[in-house]
Amino acid sequence: MAALSHALTVDRVSKHYGPVRAVDDVSLTIGRGDFVTLLGPSGSGKTTLLMAIAGFVAPTSGQILLDDTPITPLPPEKRNFGMVFQGYALFPHMTVAQNVGFPLRVRKVGRAEADRRVADALALVQLDHLADRLPKQLSGGQQQRVALARALVFQPALLLLDEPLSALDKKLRAELQVELKDLHRRVGLTFIYVTHDQEEALSMSDSIAILRDGRLVQEGPPGALYERPATRFVADFLGKSNFIEGVVEEVRADGFSYAAAGQRFVQHGGAEGLAKGAPVLVAIRPEKIEVREAAPAEPEMNGLSGTIAAWSYFGSAFALLVDTPLGRVQAAIPAWRCPVEPSEGRAVHLAWTADASVRVVAD
Amino acid sequence: MAVAAPPSRVLGASLPWWLLIAPALILMLAFYAFPLAEVLWISFTEPEPGLSNYERLITSEAVQRVWITTLRICIITTVITLLAGYVVAYALSSAPPRVQRWMFLFILLPLWISVLVRAFAWVTILRRQGLINEALIGAGLIDEPLRLIWNEFGIAVGMVHYMIPYAVLPLYASMRDIDPRLVPAARGLGASRFEAFRSVFLPLTRPGIIAASVLVFIFSLGFYVTPAILGGGRTLMIAEYIKLQILDLIRWGLGTMMASTLLIAIVLLLWALSRIVDIRRVFGSG
Repeated sequence: MAALSHALTVDRVSKHYGPVRAVDDVSLTIGRGDFVTLLGPSGSGKTTLLMAIAGFVAPTSGQILLDDTPITPLPPEKRNFGMVFQGYALFPHMTVAQNVGFPLRVRKVGRAEADRRVADALALVQLDHLADRLPKQLSGGQQQRVALARALVFQPALLLLDEPLSALDKKLRAELQVELKDLHRRVGLTFIYVTHDQEEALSMSDSIAILRDGRLVQEGPPGALYERPATRFVADFLGKSNFIEGVVEEVRADGFSYAAAGQRFVQHGGAEGLAKGAPVLVAIRPEKIEVREAAPAEPEMNGLSGTIAAWSYFGSAFALLVDTPLGRVQAAIPAWRCPVEPSEGRAVHLAWTADASVRVVAD
Repeated sequence: MAVAAPPSRVLGASLPWWLLIAPALILMLAFYAFPLAEVLWISFTEPEPGLSNYERLITSEAVQRVWITTLRICIITTVITLLAGYVVAYALSSAPPRVQRWMFLFILLPLWISVLVRAFAWVTILRRQGLINEALIGAGLIDEPLRLIWNEFGIAVGMVHYMIPYAVLPLYASMRDIDPRLVPAARGLGASRFEAFRSVFLPLTRPGIIAASVLVFIFSLGFYVTPAILGGGRTLMIAEYIKLQILDLIRWGLGTMMASTLLIAIVLLLWALSRIVDIRRVFGSG
């Protein structure tokens, strides 16, 4: 089935509503068979962009291409995209089988052929035994699967998903994430997934596009985005980060050193365009900070002393809030090998290597 | 022994509950049920006891003609009202809230104007020297004034105008409950605009359509003022016929028979409606 998958190109698409730029000059290429997530807070334009791809919103400028064919002027029904709406939008007056058969009925597929494909699609989402139920007789997770089967049954060119899991509880959501990922692997279609949930985006996507205020901020595989966020917004929105504002002291071949709150720190990489005395912003993930009893002895280790202001236990990890000369710093330490017994007011030393942190652009 | 009064007596509610509704009940019995029973009684006893009045339903051509005229006008009115009301209700349900408030005002406004005033307003518009005929003659489109009034056409115009709010409200209620994503979902799945409307939106408004049809049809059956004025006495509908029999010809038996038959027809229609849709929803509760 992978041969049926298509690539999608979003070429400088904008959508303005009066003075509001819901989508602002976004360009994006989505590869064949990829699982791409459009991630952003509410109002970031991710849903508007998806609706433009689906054909419900006409872009103010720019164009959208399926493989090499411009599809911008096509109405939604001519695009042959499967879509799973937020809240599923199942037809309440039709049974599960009729819902799933709807795209085939409007395409005038023969009765026997349609019945066979509906059965296949329902088997794909393991709902063959509920074919005669009405949507309101199903649980949220089952409705979600019906919506998926309905969006896949007509072999669409792409599958568009608009926050399909947002209405479900946390545990079910985790289960369906795995199922959805598995489904993607089995059908081999290109999936475009919209969510505001960064964990969902990280765990499912081949690639994530982060949007903010209608603009595309950064795009790339989840690991690259998490490890190398380009901007402060990305570092903060995708996972948690501590930020250190400093001034460059020395630019070296492999990075730079900088000063903040009277202390000196070293940073690997990211020295492009920096000169001594320039302001610099560095982000460090809580789980990349070590907590020690004594100051680090290694010369290339960054050290910072402070006192524990608050802590909480999550089973797998301790989350510490440490007051330091740089302000309050978050650190996450695996609970089973925490070197210090957390207690409020206790003095600790924080340490991280020069390649644990990353320089980001303030935005 | 100082025993606290049970809670039910605290508010002086020691009276049996049925005494509380008794005044309303007595009022209903005296001024509604009793006259109705009287009407029914007269229809079987005047001029002589028996079913002679009801025989006329089968034997009298005049009675049959009144019924057929009434049914025909009511069906035409219902169909046109439903079509027009559906369009208005759709516009209403898809309008932004600010616009919606104004639309509601203009839909409900006619309900506050006397049906008599509205009927005469239509007379001034539709009569031979009325607005429409004068305009068409002035424009040279016709030589002779069109017969727009004192016939079934005039009655239908007046009745449709009167009935539209009664069609719009139940239709709007059923449209408001439809998830606004369903029609886009249908189109995303490959249905054209028309197909999405036909196979998703229209079936979901079915309860509203049934409710509005029955409501408008029942109201039309007993319509008196509008047909009397716009029909000009030439086209007789049941209500006017009853008035004619009782007040002008003093034939109480025939008049009450028609009233009873009308009542029974309406009750049967409501019963049929209740078999198809939840009747309490139709009339606004829940």
